Amino acid sequence: MKNIKFTAFALVAAAVMAGCASNVPLDNKAAPVESRTPSTSSSSGASTNANSGSKVASVDLTKNTANAELARVVYFDYDSFVIKDEFRPVVEAQAKVLSADRTKKLSVEGHTDERGGSEYNLALGQKRAESVTKALKLLGVNDTQVEAVSFGKERPAVQGSDEAAWAKNRRAELASR
Amino acid sequence: MLMNRRSFGSSVAMASGLALAGPALAQFRVEISGVGATQVPIAVARFRDEDRTTQVLSAIVRADLERAGVFRGIDTTALIDEAGQPQMSEWRSKGADALVGGSVTRLADGRFDVRFKLWDVVKGKDLGGQSNAVAPTDLRLAAHHIADFVYEKLTGERGVFSTRIAYVTRSGTRYALRVADADGEGGQVALNSPEPIISPAWSPNGQELAYVSFEAQKAVVYAQEVASGKRRVIANFRGSNSAPAWSPDGQSLVATLSREGGSQIFVMGRNGENPRRVTSSPSIDTEATFSPDGRTLYFVSDRSGGPQIYRVPVAGGAVERVSFTGDYNISPALSPDGRYMAYISRQSGAFKLYVAELSKGATPQAITDTRDDESPSFAPNGRLIIYATRSGGRDVLMTTTLDGKIKAKLVSTTADVREPMWGPYDR
Repeated sequence: MKNIKFTAFALVAAAVMAGCASNVPLDNKAAPVESRTPSTSSSSGASTNANSGSKVASVDLTKNTANAELARVVYFDYDSFVIKDEFRPVVEAQAKVLSADRTKKLSVEGHTDERGGSEYNLALGQKRAESVTKALKLLGVNDTQVEAVSFGKERPAVQGSDEAAWAKNRRAELASR
Repeated sequence: MLMNRRSFGSSVAMASGLALAGPALAQFRVEISGVGATQVPIAVARFRDEDRTTQVLSAIVRADLERAGVFRGIDTTALIDEAGQPQMSEWRSKGADALVGGSVTRLADGRFDVRFKLWDVVKGKDLGGQSNAVAPTDLRLAAHHIADFVYEKLTGERGVFSTRIAYVTRSGTRYALRVADADGEGGQVALNSPEPIISPAWSPNGQELAYVSFEAQKAVVYAQEVASGKRRVIANFRGSNSAPAWSPDGQSLVATLSREGGSQIFVMGRNGENPRRVTSSPSIDTEATFSPDGRTLYFVSDRSGGPQIYRVPVAGGAVERVSFTGDYNISPALSPDGRYMAYISRQSGAFKLYVAELSKGATPQAITDTRDDESPSFAPNGRLIIYATRSGGRDVLMTTTLDGKIKAKLVSTTADVREPMWGPYDR
């Protein structure tokens, strides 16, 4: 998913910088796609301590929650807005971060698969996003910290017209703002 | 010999694919298919000196008339100008009921004097014509005006050949909102964006387009003056703002807003002021459109489980369901006389264009044989519907008569084309 975000960011940036001969020039800020990379140096964990030929110091990133990348996507079943149990931890982890820092904001972006009309799917995506923002607020996040928006079927994560692709597109993405 | 930049099949034969010359971007190829019950056979002769301009006027006139579904073109290479004295018996024997001739003469100031004449071959009568001086850039429009004149003289109804359509193209990750002639030609970009654009909506006077743009990483409704490119935000409330439609008097807009949670329908001023909530349901209410008399809103709601079409008085009141074909009905469009509703209905997994005659209670008819129909919109004379569908692996635009018998495909060579809306009479 991180790869998809980087690719999407690169594509958007490339498209913007390609220059548009437009009648109406749009603000050329590229879409702010946040990617949270661990800021501690994290090479393989083997130290290059020349003094000891066989000592290996272990660097454990799994305990460093402040820098770990948080999962940012909740997937949904067909025609559903219910957050399945397997994705509860995603919501809970985000709620924790937002509750700890009230200056942090999140945009929850709802999406659908490609089937059906654009506007109705926009509304379905909105329902998915609001399902997540509701869950976040129940976990203590302030209303002003989150906005539920929708892309409907306009921004698929995965191209394709089979159930595998559709399943990857029925989602809500939690994007920092 | 006619200059064949494009070739239009006769209304009986299916046109075959042809390589296009000319600029690549958004060039349309028109393929007309189907046979109508009563089609007037008309011969459009070559206009004198038309091959000295960039537009073959007689070909444009013929294609317009054929696309409308009520005319069948008679092939001819004859050259006849407006002062000619064609032999009616000769044209009767060719099977023509009507004949058009004309000329295009360059004037000293660079404009062109376009003249034409229409003959009723059956009665042997001259039905009149016109002469107009036009700028070179308006030659296509001049041909469309000729087609409008012929259409109106012979059917008694107003032609829509001088109207415009708006639609969205996607090419890779670039999206463009475009405005073109009703035949798909002359497309110009109104908005170029790296983010999606959906739901273009013409204002009733044809001067503005409202639409939804995702440039701010959410759905926001904008209005844009077509001639100047000046934009303004209509609705950027919290959450998603979408599905704009204008009231017939151009003073209000209806849109779907999430500002109070979910997706609900609001009416607001033409600058987005004073939004007033119209629907109050815990379900999805969206895709509202005004009835032609401005008093009723038709909209989509899934309050009964799946999306269906309902109507409610604009001023508020009882909500009444109007769609009953299956469990998924969306995208209502009303004909200008209010008699017909076009919409999309999912049937066995296929999304199909249906037309219902509202007052009669007759069974709505599916009028296409494609499976991915979207976004129906009526022409301002109510005789044609434009819609998007998928054909040959591409997103394309189609026009159809209301009975589905005559269809024309507008195929862009380079981009996927979606979200069409037919503009009003304005030129």
